[in-house]
Amino acid sequence: MSEKLKKTIIVTRFDPDKDEAPKTQSYEIEVEPDWKILEALNYIKDNIDPTLSHRWSCRMAVCGSCGMTVNGDPKLTCKDPMSNYGDTIEISPLANFPVVRDLVVELEGFMERFQEVKPWIMVAKERAVEEGTTRQSPEELADFKQFSMCINCMLCYSACPVVSNEPEFLGPAALALGHRYNQDTRDEGAHVRNEVFRSEGGLFSCSFANECSEVCPKSVNPSGAIQQAKVANVIDWATSFVVKRGEDVS
Amino acid sequence: MVDVSRHDVVIVGGGGAGLRAAIAASELNPELSIALVSKVYPMRSHTISAEGGAAAIARDDDSLEMHGYDTVKGSDFLGDQDVIQYFVEQAPKELTRLEHWGCPWSRNEDGSVSTRAFGGMSTKRTWYATDKVGFHMLHTLFQTSMKFGNVVRYDEHFVSKLLVDGGACRGVAALDIRTGEMKAILGKAVILSTGGGGKVWPFTTNGNIKTGDGMSLAYREGVGLKDMEFVQYHPTGLPGTGILITEATRGEGGHLLNNEGERFLVSRDYGVGTKAELGPRDMISRAITQEIAAGRGVEIPGKIGRYAHLDLRHLGEEKIMARLPFVRELSKAYANVDPVHEPIPIRPVLHYMMGGVDTDIDAKTTLDGLYAAGETACVSLNGANRLGSNSLTECLVFGARAGEHATEYIKSVSVGEEGPFVQQAEAEAARIDALRGRQRGGEKIAKVREDMNTAMEDGTGVYREQASMAKAVTDIAELRQRFEQISLDDSSKIFNTELVAGLELDSMLDVAEAVTCAAVQRKESRGAHACSDYATRNDTEYLHHSMVYQSPEGPRFDKKEVTLGVWEPEERKY
Repeated sequence: MSEKLKKTIIVTRFDPDKDEAPKTQSYEIEVEPDWKILEALNYIKDNIDPTLSHRWSCRMAVCGSCGMTVNGDPKLTCKDPMSNYGDTIEISPLANFPVVRDLVVELEGFMERFQEVKPWIMVAKERAVEEGTTRQSPEELADFKQFSMCINCMLCYSACPVVSNEPEFLGPAALALGHRYNQDTRDEGAHVRNEVFRSEGGLFSCSFANECSEVCPKSVNPSGAIQQAKVANVIDWATSFVVKRGEDVS
Repeated sequence: MVDVSRHDVVIVGGGGAGLRAAIAASELNPELSIALVSKVYPMRSHTISAEGGAAAIARDDDSLEMHGYDTVKGSDFLGDQDVIQYFVEQAPKELTRLEHWGCPWSRNEDGSVSTRAFGGMSTKRTWYATDKVGFHMLHTLFQTSMKFGNVVRYDEHFVSKLLVDGGACRGVAALDIRTGEMKAILGKAVILSTGGGGKVWPFTTNGNIKTGDGMSLAYREGVGLKDMEFVQYHPTGLPGTGILITEATRGEGGHLLNNEGERFLVSRDYGVGTKAELGPRDMISRAITQEIAAGRGVEIPGKIGRYAHLDLRHLGEEKIMARLPFVRELSKAYANVDPVHEPIPIRPVLHYMMGGVDTDIDAKTTLDGLYAAGETACVSLNGANRLGSNSLTECLVFGARAGEHATEYIKSVSVGEEGPFVQQAEAEAARIDALRGRQRGGEKIAKVREDMNTAMEDGTGVYREQASMAKAVTDIAELRQRFEQISLDDSSKIFNTELVAGLELDSMLDVAEAVTCAAVQRKESRGAHACSDYATRNDTEYLHHSMVYQSPEGPRFDKKEVTLGVWEPEERKY
């Protein structure tokens, strides 16, 4: 086996049952050189301190459970190599979220925003199974595919300056997801979502800081989605005065 | 007093099968109240990690007969043939519905859905969305489920007991992980869809949440677990982590090489014939294991064990980026290898459980009001070995069926006296409360779990022997005793993940007991159950499903007939 490395892991701890305020706790551990940050946390939990609380599952950068702040930056800890850091590593919960306990943050606010953008196919009349699949060209697929890759890890909410200042803001991932459905040729619900996008805390709250796209571990580019959606939204709003809307979609 | 809520159908598990069941029930009757209870947020479910694709006929050169025959042959003739027929008929409808709901299936130039080759499939019938099919399927289902206002989610709630009285299941007791409070979630029917239990083994593709909870919940109530000895080793897991590298790599033309750079599946006889890398998983995993045993394994600096090489270099960067971008991302991040330029080191890795909660073709268990679907269940579609890309489709087909049949069933159920069920939940709340921060002997969760992992790897690997299987039975029984001596350090009610890990270990020990005990009983080699002492298939004595029941005296065994009648059992050669 390879030579182990000594690291000091400083973790922010907070248990509302016992603590008035968050505190830090330091752990001296030996790690394998190829470990990710998550492996260090799991080592601590299994061998040193079973009371440490954090979320994780897939450990392969797809379930989105293990987003945390590492040395001040939002990271997906299962993909974040220890080798990127020095001898001391500070791990705290994602910023811009209430803390439930230790490294676990409250996601309910996000789940509500997520639902607000109506992330499902809306059509006036559902296709029957007997009609077979819808035709969609590779180019049409490419128009939204990137925006469908979001793993809901919340790193973008943690990085976004508007999220921290404007509680109403729908936020990068939710807006990108709404835009993903607006861009899908199978969907007819764009004008419904565009109204949500135009409301307070919608698209136009985004100040184009681009932090979301910088931290995204999946190259979703929510910032790009939001800029695209703004243009589409203005056009949609303008045409709404001259074009009668079709049937209701659901 | 526990908090009591009332619903019509209670679904445990929010992955592919659970979400599909919720949507099916909602569509049938929008008036129903459906509880979706998951120990995580649904989009974290392990369905998310499936990569390669979902099978259903889609091309003119394919037929229901061909998909059925491939599946039954892949199952080593242990799959129930009525179930297989139903499955292949429903499969295209289910994948089409998923397409209508917005799944970003990869497309051909003419706009039709693209399909790829897969192991054990005689033509291209595996639908794919690059190499993140489980991810797109799960997100499509979860997002679509939000359309239905009657689905009430209980996110991050751990179901620790089924509520059963008078021979009927009418709800669950669940720990709200966030608050530490116990709840009684009552319903007229309960659907288990909690996935498999890969974390019982040390080297697995499965995520941390795959602890066999649903199997254990049913087992404890006297429901049989079926075919538990059959566990699938996927041929290609990454060193150290066990992270899955999809079979789609071979579907797209990848090769397996030994340390001499030889395509051993072509140059040597491993029973896969001209299928070579596209043979079924059990056979390919055995071939890799044999190559390593023969001294032709690949060494990796700093990693224990020997490996084979998965070579994609000849596919070229363009094709890898178009069809297998996630494989490239995973290989770079977790094996420090770029498959465009280097072969990927891999070895067989525990991936999937063919066995599970015994159900009939309607997803119904023997316990009144209880249904099961997906990897949790054993219906039995997969028999002794599942074909790659049949399981995502299985989640849809039988998730939908469970939702439909539960909805039909509850029409004849009147809301009876709920007192006994609430009392059970109260007793369960007291049990869980007593566990929190409980001090006993010197045992620790992590240590018992690690020893269980070792016992399972030694006893139920790619190849098995009577002696090592028998030892695993004894080891697991001892670990059950040691489990009682575990001390817990975390007494907090808020997000106590140590408590959850303890409950999960309890589930896993049940699964481990059923797997090892069933394995010892089957003295033949069939599908994934390869016995060195009994190297051939024995239809005369063993063409039956195995059943294990929990009892105070220890596991009880029984047999269940395999439904034949369409395809005659024959020697399984490719």
